[in-house]
Formats: sequence, structure tokens, C-alpha cells
Amino acid sequence: MATMQGGRHTRDGNRTDLVSALRAVLPAGAVIAEEEAMRPYECDGLSAYRQLPRVVVMPRTAEQVQAVLRLCHGRRVPVVARGAGTSLSGGALPHRNGVLLSLARFNRILDLDPFGRTAVVEPGVRNLAISEAAAAHGLYYAPDPSSQIACSIGGNVAENSGGVHCLKYGLTVHNVLRVRALTIDGEWLDIGSQALDAPGYDLLALMHGSEGMLAIIMEVTVRLLPIPTSAQVVLAAFASIEDAGNAVAGIIAAGILPAGLEMMDRLATRAAEDFVHAGYPTDAEAILICELDGVPAEVSAQLQRVREVLQAHRAMALRVAVDEAERRQLWAGRKAAFPAVGRLAPDYYCVDGTIPRHQLAHVLRRIADLSREYGLPVANVFHAGDGNLHPLIMYDANRPGELARAERFGGDILELSVRVGGTVTGEHGVGVEKLDQMCVQFGALELQHFHAVKRVFDSFGLLNPGKAVPTLARCVELGGMHVHGGELPHPDLPRF
Amino acid sequence: MNAVSQPPTGCSGAIAALQERIARAHAQGEPLRIVGGDTKAFYGRDAAGEAVFTGGLKGIAAYEPSELVITAMAGTPLEEIEAALAERGQMLAFEPPHYGAGATLGGTVACGFSGPRRPYAGSARDFVLGLRCLNGKGELLRFGGQVMKNVAGYDISRLMVGALGTLGVLVDVSLKVLPRPEAELTLAHEVTAAEAIDRMNRWAGQPLPLSAAAYDTGCLTVRLSGAAAALDAARAGIGGDVVADAGDHWSDLREHRSAFFQSDECLWRLSVPPTTPHLHFPGEWLLDWGGAQRWLKTTAAPEEVRAAARVAGGHATMFRHGDRGQEVFAPLPPPLLHVHHGLKAQFDPMRILNPGRMYAGL
Repeated sequence: MATMQGGRHTRDGNRTDLVSALRAVLPAGAVIAEEEAMRPYECDGLSAYRQLPRVVVMPRTAEQVQAVLRLCHGRRVPVVARGAGTSLSGGALPHRNGVLLSLARFNRILDLDPFGRTAVVEPGVRNLAISEAAAAHGLYYAPDPSSQIACSIGGNVAENSGGVHCLKYGLTVHNVLRVRALTIDGEWLDIGSQALDAPGYDLLALMHGSEGMLAIIMEVTVRLLPIPTSAQVVLAAFASIEDAGNAVAGIIAAGILPAGLEMMDRLATRAAEDFVHAGYPTDAEAILICELDGVPAEVSAQLQRVREVLQAHRAMALRVAVDEAERRQLWAGRKAAFPAVGRLAPDYYCVDGTIPRHQLAHVLRRIADLSREYGLPVANVFHAGDGNLHPLIMYDANRPGELARAERFGGDILELSVRVGGTVTGEHGVGVEKLDQMCVQFGALELQHFHAVKRVFDSFGLLNPGKAVPTLARCVELGGMHVHGGELPHPDLPRF
Repeated sequence: MNAVSQPPTGCSGAIAALQERIARAHAQGEPLRIVGGDTKAFYGRDAAGEAVFTGGLKGIAAYEPSELVITAMAGTPLEEIEAALAERGQMLAFEPPHYGAGATLGGTVACGFSGPRRPYAGSARDFVLGLRCLNGKGELLRFGGQVMKNVAGYDISRLMVGALGTLGVLVDVSLKVLPRPEAELTLAHEVTAAEAIDRMNRWAGQPLPLSAAAYDTGCLTVRLSGAAAALDAARAGIGGDVVADAGDHWSDLREHRSAFFQSDECLWRLSVPPTTPHLHFPGEWLLDWGGAQRWLKTTAAPEEVRAAARVAGGHATMFRHGDRGQEVFAPLPPPLLHVHHGLKAQFDPMRILNPGRMYAGL
């Protein structure tokens, strides 16, 4: 080892050490330490944040993962787990001093039991691959995040991913029976069971949405559901956001639980129509897409009811898909909404707040005001069934200061979501992106308890450090920015 | 902040009093026994401690039917919540058992009990969206919220479900609610237990509007829920005789009022994969949850019952009667037990909240 001169050399010196130690426990090709080869891992779906790790490892067996974890635990080296890298909040952003642990090679479906309606899969199995494998038995895996072609189940558990069918079929946490995970010291945790519950505390719920900070997910048992025999989609156009919002409340109040209930504002609708020609009315202020599924008799009864409700709430136009092709076409526009908006500006920033549905019109009006204040256009896509709002803020990263302005705009929307009784993240996770807004949503005591939970699993704070839960110091420093309701957050903390 | 629910009048005083009581117990290391409606004292291990009552935490704080969310104080009678929901055509879809008059929301959530609809609609924990609780120092904490999608911070609200009050005293809880089905129909089949298990699993793999399936002494009963036309179609598919007064049948099962449960024998609850073949074990069986929850009355040794459940891939709980001084829940493997103790130490460092109710030493 050469003479150490300052931090950088020290880091590089330790790095060589770490890399050789990893090479000693992993097969050839499973350790990537060359800068160019590590490039693809420097960011996830939130590409505004980039960081090269110290080293990337791609183990093939659980024993190899254990060896990596024990080595990192012993040396106090951070470990960031990565599945398909589709996180929209920087959950898989590498740590500059850490190991990036790719689980992409764990991509086997270990068991599929059609009679028991479960599948046991490795963490790198793609979400959609489970439904594809189950289809032959008339079964499917319900949670369907929009990235389902690419995203993997380990990441789905870590982020508690949603999708467009959450209102009726729940999130990942509602569809997973068991998780086998490795702790930072390489010990197995067998959480949940093949039965519907397990003794003790509900650690299965705790693992969901824990953003890779508590343990490394190595195996997931998911519940499979029978594929509904019938699905119908109706599209409605409205002259105002208020009418569309009231129609959503009307559908729920009529005792109907749609499989999907999506809203898009005028800008999002036009962008999607221009892009995929789904046949959306471009003169509407908002459109609603309502999907009903189940047995045919149930679906037709509900469809009739939904039509009445939509008409009673002044829908300007109603269109019911007559066949599967048209149903897919109506969905195609919604599913292409993000890339469609991406065609309108060099960059867009996707926000992920959840709000009580009745606050929708108020929140959208306020977003329109903010859009004028920040000078950045915004298109809104809304999982109306469950209140999850995705404003897409358009900006140009090449213009100095625009990314920062877009992020501040997004932050304002999230704080607004909290003020109206919602949350800063519905399904994309906190990651590195929403740490500041966590200070608005939670008080010091709650944050302290989150850190305490982390310590129980990972006393040295090595798993995905710096994500999901802000330090109290960070929140105190931000304090001045986040006064709301006339009250200072954390009045019990010292100010400086 | 008008959208965030305010506790009903009088509750802030009750919360403050509870906080003060817990803080005092924390300072003195004095164990507390948390009591709501006192309907579930039979459950869990015997635990000493001075009773602390949650009855002052009463009332529905917020209920907006079109949001499908209700928030109520923990001491609110379950009956009151269910009545308010029924008035607006909605329900608690996990169909919670009360196990007696005066059962509260807090006790229901703390025990994590769910009724016959559980395998088809979800469990108590599935419907919890957020809650406030007091930790073992009397500090008031708020986790989760009142919206359906929320991944901000660890899911501590659901961690509290089924924790038997050992991590915190529940103050209020927000739950997702669902529309009541338009119609229900119960069908009966005279079959063996083995045949019942086979049918329940085959039907669960088909797109049928199932909402309950149970087997008791030679009779398999299946409940269908949904639009009337859908029930007729499903009935044609699965056959069987229509059961009159089926509402009583399912509520008696849920509340353990049916004949099977009228006994002082030790009652075990086996939670197993629903496809587990019928277990030939000395004692009497009643199967619920489509085969995933099996009740067993037996005089067999606890180790034997636990071993049978474990071999099947599940676990056994000594639900009622029996020796409550010993462990009543399935023992945890050391790494999980370690996590349990760690969490307990963080939420209740002096171990004053229902100590020993779940496991000895926890």
C-alpha cells in the first residue's frame, strides 16, 4: 500500500483491500470495480441523483450474499441492495463508500403451487413474470406497478409498491405471505409463513416499504388470485376537475369498488392522446377511466350503476369499451401518460403525494397556482381510487437552476399533501428524494422511533444508510423552511 | 388542517391522563395491564399489572364514506363503529369477532382478530391505515395516516396490530372500510373433512365471489357475496343447499357461539396453509378461513399440537383455556425473538406495557 495522503488515498487504499476481500469470497465476474463497468449502477429511476459505489457485487447464491454481508459488517462497510433499479426515489442510489449489492441474478421462480395459490420467488424475479407463469393456471399476482415489465419483486417488497389496482386488490404488503431475508450480519430471518399469519409481531408488514434498510430480501412467497373472468372499462370526460372528483366520490358512495379508477387532467390527456391516439377527448378538463372486474353478472350490474353515476355528475362524454382491444386502447393512453408528458419537455419530475380524495380540486387549484409561481408547467395523473396524485413537473435540466426549482415545486406539493391530511409518498418511497418532506410529515418522536427500529436490525447503520428517514439534525436545520399551521415543527428541539 | 381529524371532545383529557399514568409507571417500573372492553382477557398469557382503562378514549373522530376511511378512538365500542358504517352501507371487511359485549376497536386491533371473511377480503392489519399510540414512556406517537397508499417511514401502525399492547397503548386507529355486498348467499354440502379441504381450495382458485368457507362436523358451508345476479351464477357452479338464517351461522362461528366452542377443553387455533390435508389428531376439529384456520379441541400435550402445525408449515396458538402461565403462542426462532426483544426495548424500555402477555420476558 502506498503512503496515505489525505482521505482520497485512504479511501482508495481501503477500496483495493475491500475489492480483494470480496473477490476472495465471490466467483470470477461477480465483483465489478472498474469505473466504466460500474456506470450503469450509479443511479436508479431517479436519474437526477448519481453516485458511483466503491464496488458492485453480483452474487449468485445465498451463501455468497451471506459472505458479502458478513465481510461488510465486519469492516463496517455500507451495503445498498439493488433489484432492477427502477426506484423513482433514489432507493437504490449507491453509497460512495459502500458495496452495491445487485440481486439481479436471483431471478428464478422456485415454486408455483396452483392449488395453494402461492408462488415462491427469488428477489430478482420481475413482477410481470410471476403473473405470466401463473396465467396457465388461471391465476395472477395482483399488484401491478407501472414498471411491472422491469421491476423485481424484492424491490416491490422494499418499496411496498402499488399500481393501478390497489383500491380493490391492495399493495404489495397485502399480497405477500412470507419473506426470507438476511440481516447485515448474515443471519436468516424467516418472516411470515405459508399460512395466513405468523406468531409474534407483524414483522412482515415492517419489512414492506423498509427500503432495504432493515434486511436483504432473499425470497418472497406471494399470494396468487384467480384471473377475473370479466373486465370492463368506461371512459368519461368532464368539463371541470370538480365534476370529475365528485363523480369519483359518487362511484364509491354507490357501493362500487372499481378495480381501477384513474383521472388525468387536460394537459396529461392531450399529451397521451397525441402520443398513442387512445381516442381520448382532448377538449375535456379531466377524464376518468373506470375499470370494473369480477364475474360477468357482477360487472354488468356495476357498469350500469357507474354509467348512471357518471351521467348524474355531468360527464360530457361516456365511452364503454366494446371489446378487449378497445379496453386495452383506453388503458394504453393512461399507461403511456408519463412518457407522453416526457415528449412535451426535455425533463419531467414525478411527484408522489397521496391526499384524501375530497381535497383533490383544492390541491389541483393550488398546484396550478404554484405552476405559475415557479414558471414550470405541470400535468396531473391521479390514481383517483386511492388518492395517489402524480403531478409531472416539466423542466429543462440544461437550464441552470431549473432542476432545483422543479424539486422545490415538488416539495411544496408534498407539503401541501401533508397539510390536507395526506402523505409525502404514496408508492414511490422516500429514498433520498423526500427526506426533507419527512421532516414535515413526522415529528421528532416518530423519527426517533424509526431510527430505533433501524438500530434493532442494523445497529451500525450499514444497510442503505442515509435513506428513507432523515436525521433529526437535518430536520432542525430545515426547520425555518417548514413552518405550517403557525407551529414550528419539533418545538422540543434546540434551534441553531 | 381541517382535514386531519380532531379527537372527540373529552378525549384530550383522557389522553393526557393516560400519558401521565404511563409516565408514572415508567418511572417506577410498575407493570400495567391495558383494558378496553375486557372481552379478550382470556387471550394471551396471564399477565400481572395494574389495570389501565381505555374507556375514556371514546368516539368516532372522522368518517367520510366516500373516502372509505373511518377514524375512531381506541376505546370506542366495535358495535358503535359497525352501526355507523352499516348506516352508510359500509362495513369492516375483516369481520372482526367481538367475543363479548363491549368489545372495543383498540382491543380488536391489539389482538389482530379477523373473522370468516379474512381469506377473501384481508385481515385486521390489512385494513389499518394509521394510528396514534402511547409508548412505554407515555409519549404520544402518530404513524401512518388516513389515506390508502402511504409508504412514508416504517409501517409501525401495522406492527402494532396483534402486538397485544406490548409495544404501545392504542389511542385511535384509522381503518379502510368497504361497501357492504348487495346480497349474500350461503350454501351447504355434506362431505368429509378431506373433501371439504379439497373443494374450498379448488373454489378459491376460481373467480367466484367467495366471502367465507368453513367445515363443522360433516358440513361444509360456503358464503357468496356480491350482486344478486352474480350469486345465482356462482350457485349454479358450486351447487349445494341454501342455508336459511345464514347470518346467524357465520356470526355464531365468528363469535365462538356455535356448539363446537361450548366446552372448557383447551381450544387451539392452528394457522396452516389452506391446502394442508386433514390432520388426524386426537380431538375435534372445526375448519374456517377456507382451511387456513383450524380450531382443535384436544387434551394432547402442547408440544404435540405445535409440532403438528409446524410440520404443516404453520403455527398453533393455545387460544382459550389451558395453562396460561406457560407459552400460549408458538415459540419464536432465536433470530426473530432477538428482534422482538429489540423492538420491545425501544418502544417500552421499562417493560411495563402488558409485560409477558405475548411471550414470557417480552
